Amino acid sequence: MKWFLGHLGQVGSLMVNHAVLAVAPLVIGLLLAVPLGWLAQRYRWLRTPLIAGTGLLYTIPSLALFILMPLVLGTGILDPVNVVVALTVYTVALLVRTVADGLASVPQEVLQAATAMGIGNVRRFWSVELPLAVPVIAAGLRVAAVSNVSIVSVAALLGIPQLGSLFTDGFARAFLDPIVVGIIACIVLALVLDLAIIAISRAVTPWRRTQVPA
Amino acid sequence: MNLLWRWLTDPASWEGSAGIPARVAEHLAYSASTLVLAALIGIPLGLWIGHTGRGRVLVVNLVNGMRSVPTLGLLFAAVLVLGPLLGGDIAFLVPSIFVLVLLAVPPILAGAYAGVEGVDPGARDAARGMGMSSREVLFRVEVPCALPLIFSGLRSAALQVIATATLAASVSLGGLGRFLIDGQAYRDYGQMAGGALLVAVLAMLVDLVFAVVQRLVVSPGLAPARTSRRAARRAAAAALSPT
Repeated sequence: MKWFLGHLGQVGSLMVNHAVLAVAPLVIGLLLAVPLGWLAQRYRWLRTPLIAGTGLLYTIPSLALFILMPLVLGTGILDPVNVVVALTVYTVALLVRTVADGLASVPQEVLQAATAMGIGNVRRFWSVELPLAVPVIAAGLRVAAVSNVSIVSVAALLGIPQLGSLFTDGFARAFLDPIVVGIIACIVLALVLDLAIIAISRAVTPWRRTQVPA
Repeated sequence: MNLLWRWLTDPASWEGSAGIPARVAEHLAYSASTLVLAALIGIPLGLWIGHTGRGRVLVVNLVNGMRSVPTLGLLFAAVLVLGPLLGGDIAFLVPSIFVLVLLAVPPILAGAYAGVEGVDPGARDAARGMGMSSREVLFRVEVPCALPLIFSGLRSAALQVIATATLAASVSLGGLGRFLIDGQAYRDYGQMAGGALLVAVLAMLVDLVFAVVQRLVVSPGLAPARTSRRAARRAAAAALSPT
């Protein structure tokens, strides 16, 4: 506790770094996963290769992916871009299936009703299908957010500064306090992101609030 | 890319107790012993929770809670706290295996629980109606029906363990992670990238083995129907996603 109070500024700035490294891939991953998930749902034959392909990337352990990224991107080993791209890969892998499932969960009658009302395919996707798929997509996004926060800390082994740096520093000096503070800060960050996603998903699905909970 | 290739094709990388085959063996030994321990804890507990319906909240919270705990921090904390108590050669090994087991139990538990939970109530009632005891219902109906999800729990636990066993090199354990950590210490990117590639390939192979075993073990009555597999997957996603 004393250590934490003495190093508030340091923990704060590491936490900001950590949040950026965890959230950026989440946003980019979502933007990529929506069209891919749509393709997987719209063209059935694409579903298996898309989901199996991204699933294969998901099996690569995080530290290995961070280290292999420079080969693909031509970046330096210390470049935070490696972390962002690697986590984007994981996020996409997780979300493609979720987006496809979410779109598949939209009732057929609703789609038919929208078409009957003269809504074109493009507008139907943005104004009917995607909003109705939000709850399912948000559930996937929450899993991705929480695991991203945990995975980012692994990048400390390569010397990329974020909350994981507290683990490597503490371990190098056999000093438990920074490690405990780092663990708690990671859990808090994961919790905050989780709550933020719940709040956003509620805000964009106002019709769900009027429903009686099942 | 050249550095990576040179390291992989260098005969010295493949020899001795620090060579690639020895490190792969170490990595697999850590992972297998972890998985066995975690399965001994997770499967009976998951089956019991699924069978009796008791402690459901525990499963959901445990799975979600463990996901937000940063693995690396947990590993370092465990070594610092448990290491001095143990001393000697096992000062690093035991805490690492402990953390690996801690990470592997939740997905295994969730798989076993979701599998039993998701068994068609009609099948359960029919078994009971045929005069099966509670134990027989569990082992002759629920467990066989739950096998696909038990396996997918084991499979995701295995992936997680292989990934985390890589990190164990940073607390001076062996395994493939050694190449990543030592390569960085010696500024030898070829060794780092080579090790990373081997870890990635190992993870994919293990995943493949699990996929094949899963297909062989699961009762044909459950496997081929595409709809049932999709439903099972959805049930797994529901069990694993935070609520």
